[in-house]
Amino acid sequence: MSRGPGTRLGTAAALAVLVVLLGPLLAVAWRAEGWAGLRASDWGALRFTLWQAACSSALSVLLAIPVARALARRRFAGRDAVVLLLGAPFILPVIVAVLGLVAVFGRTGPIAWIAGLAGLDPPSIYGAQGVILAHVFFNMPLATRLILQGWQAIPGERLRLAAALGFGPGDTFRLLEWPMLRATVPGVALVIFLICTTSFAVALALGGGPRATTVELAIYQAFRFDFDLGRAAALGGVQLALGGLAAFAALRLTLPSGFGAGQDRVVPRWDSSGPLLRGQDGGVIALACAFLLLPMVLVLAEGALHLTNLPAAVWTAAARSLAIALGAALLTVGLALAMAVAALRAPWVEAAGTLAVAASPLVLGTGLYLLLLPLANPIAFALPVTLLVNVVLALPFALRALIPAMRELDADYGRLSASLGLTGWVWLRRVGLPRLRRPAGFAAGLTAALAAGDLGVITLFATPEQATLPLMLYQLMGSYRMEEAKAAALLLVILSLGLFWLFERGSRDA
Amino acid sequence: MRLTIATGLTLIASAAAAEPLTVYAPDYFASEWGPGPAIKAAFEAECDCEIEYVTGDLLPRLRLEGERTTADVVIGLNADDAERARQTGLFAPHGVEIEGLTMPIEWTDETFVPFNWSHTAFVYDTTRLAEAPESFQALLDAPDDLALVVQDPRTSVSGLALALWIQKVFGDEAENAWAALAPKIVTVTRGWSESYGMFTEGEADMVLSYTTSPAYHIIAEGDDTKKAAIFEEGHYVLVETAGQIAGSDQPELAQAFLDFILTEDFQSIIPEGNWSLPAKLDPAKMPEGFAQLDMPATALIYGSGDAETLRDKAVAAFEAGLGR
Repeated sequence: MSRGPGTRLGTAAALAVLVVLLGPLLAVAWRAEGWAGLRASDWGALRFTLWQAACSSALSVLLAIPVARALARRRFAGRDAVVLLLGAPFILPVIVAVLGLVAVFGRTGPIAWIAGLAGLDPPSIYGAQGVILAHVFFNMPLATRLILQGWQAIPGERLRLAAALGFGPGDTFRLLEWPMLRATVPGVALVIFLICTTSFAVALALGGGPRATTVELAIYQAFRFDFDLGRAAALGGVQLALGGLAAFAALRLTLPSGFGAGQDRVVPRWDSSGPLLRGQDGGVIALACAFLLLPMVLVLAEGALHLTNLPAAVWTAAARSLAIALGAALLTVGLALAMAVAALRAPWVEAAGTLAVAASPLVLGTGLYLLLLPLANPIAFALPVTLLVNVVLALPFALRALIPAMRELDADYGRLSASLGLTGWVWLRRVGLPRLRRPAGFAAGLTAALAAGDLGVITLFATPEQATLPLMLYQLMGSYRMEEAKAAALLLVILSLGLFWLFERGSRDA
Repeated sequence: MRLTIATGLTLIASAAAAEPLTVYAPDYFASEWGPGPAIKAAFEAECDCEIEYVTGDLLPRLRLEGERTTADVVIGLNADDAERARQTGLFAPHGVEIEGLTMPIEWTDETFVPFNWSHTAFVYDTTRLAEAPESFQALLDAPDDLALVVQDPRTSVSGLALALWIQKVFGDEAENAWAALAPKIVTVTRGWSESYGMFTEGEADMVLSYTTSPAYHIIAEGDDTKKAAIFEEGHYVLVETAGQIAGSDQPELAQAFLDFILTEDFQSIIPEGNWSLPAKLDPAKMPEGFAQLDMPATALIYGSGDAETLRDKAVAAFEAGLGR
């Protein structure tokens, strides 16, 4: 089966992503004066980075599986709201998330208070455990959402058949849920592992000192403090190479689930209606909500009081962020769809798209700046460059949502489409979009939310007239205005979740 | 046709005349809540010109751009970075007559004009910490449950100032001083905002900030519970400076801006615009709240050359002392 234009576009997009990832790296290396190589401390940073990323990713996924399963098995009032809110930590600006975690797990938070009542030493949030805790806080919701997608993709007919055959929860897990997890989890774990390898501000704020130095911090130091571009490029290259290796390893572990096609019926889960399982699922959902929502509530509640005092500039910045978010969402989903088609035939497309998440944002931004410099004043391109970087950085997440769905679609309907001669636009309209609506809506929502919350490269380029909402938030905090900063953070969360909700909602009703 | 060309040329000519003075500034400076907008308005009222701020990391950006930079003036460069900035060879002499500064240190630099300064200091909340240490040594000797948050010298100017402060006070014992601080340091953040946020949320007893920080709370919030601990060994001084780019296509305008810096119009914006001390302002013209601030008797600073030579050593002491 050939879907000509889609495959070609997807391959071209994957090549473009590689160019956008490698070009800036080469530009930075090219501009370097002399080649100093890596220092002994860099290898320490590399070890710490890989170790914490592996722990964070494993924990995020392990904790996400029961939560996703509980959400997949239960229908209750407010379930949609819970699913939506669970997406919030992922898009929270780092500084807000850190303050939230500190409010809950810090020296004066409820956890320390409870430990004090019990006569125990309060556990410290600072150190490697704090870094991992924060990464789980950020990424477990993402993992939950992606794995939940997998659960929802199990055809209702299979569950009905399972019920008719008298499957207990154990049988359902072994024969239906386990194959689904095999198909979904390695990719999810990979993406989270890669995000955690580029962590910087979290690791610094909660790491407690120089022992928790990550590669991205070493890059920042090489760039800002020593202006050693050679070392910055070398570190960025090592990070990308490791990301590439991890991507190939994880994608080899992925197996298609092979359930076959269904008719998209939502059916009750007959296998798990016992009171024990109901209680277990309820408990899991309640715990996850407490862990993920409490830190946000503690920080953002105060912001609600100041929302109306925010100066006009913050609202303009919010509008700017909104525009970037919408642009990024449409572009990313378009590219991701094409790449998902291409990935059916050429697995390297998936690896290339996933790799973006391992790219050092600092090297990427600096390199793009260097590339633009001979051509034009880079400052004039601040917003388009921000958009481009957001698209590249969101692609891995969009692909995680779309590729498994595209594989199923190909396995289930590929031959039928081919025999009917459905290709190109007709295929997209008649087969692709109707079946991929949900994952595409999810990918668009996620991209929009991510782009709205991204601080990233704008700090390297902007003039005050181009400030985005996250940048405003940092400016408020940098001038002692903590309450207004919290209000801006609240606005950011509302905006991001609003976009997320709209895209998801729209894709369901379409 | 000829008319179109003529109109086009007029447009180009007027665009060139109206080309703004490009000022590179740190993000906080040019933001809505920094001193930048008021300074821009005050200067534009005099010069019949326009200022355009471009924000970001000043020194890395200048080094990336080299001769290609579009900056005419750079403002907000830390004195500890002055030597590195000078070595780029991009700056012209400031050409400003410097006299009558209200700074505790002498200023002889011919490339950079100081515009404001502050002592680094540990700020605390009197409702949470009744008695603050009275010397740096006393801080090192304080019980380990005294919780501090500081900034990383590798990523922040105030963090670097702390490393140089410790280097200045403790010399070869700097690493041991960091090791004595280690159990008290709750965490080290990337920048000042994260640290200060954690402090105001009650996570630490003291935060590395400036002697002028309490002025914000006194003046803007009517809150006098925040104080800076004054150490008898003296406090490291952080000076912010400005310079002009040699390759500027508007050298007269750039010079006019540098000349503007030490005038009262500019300097009187600093106290409540940047919450720090003006480089040259009659103390009688300072806002009232500043009189309540505790100030150290001794100001410590390294000359820009020494700061450049010692920074790697000072940072190594931080890494070794905290990493033990």
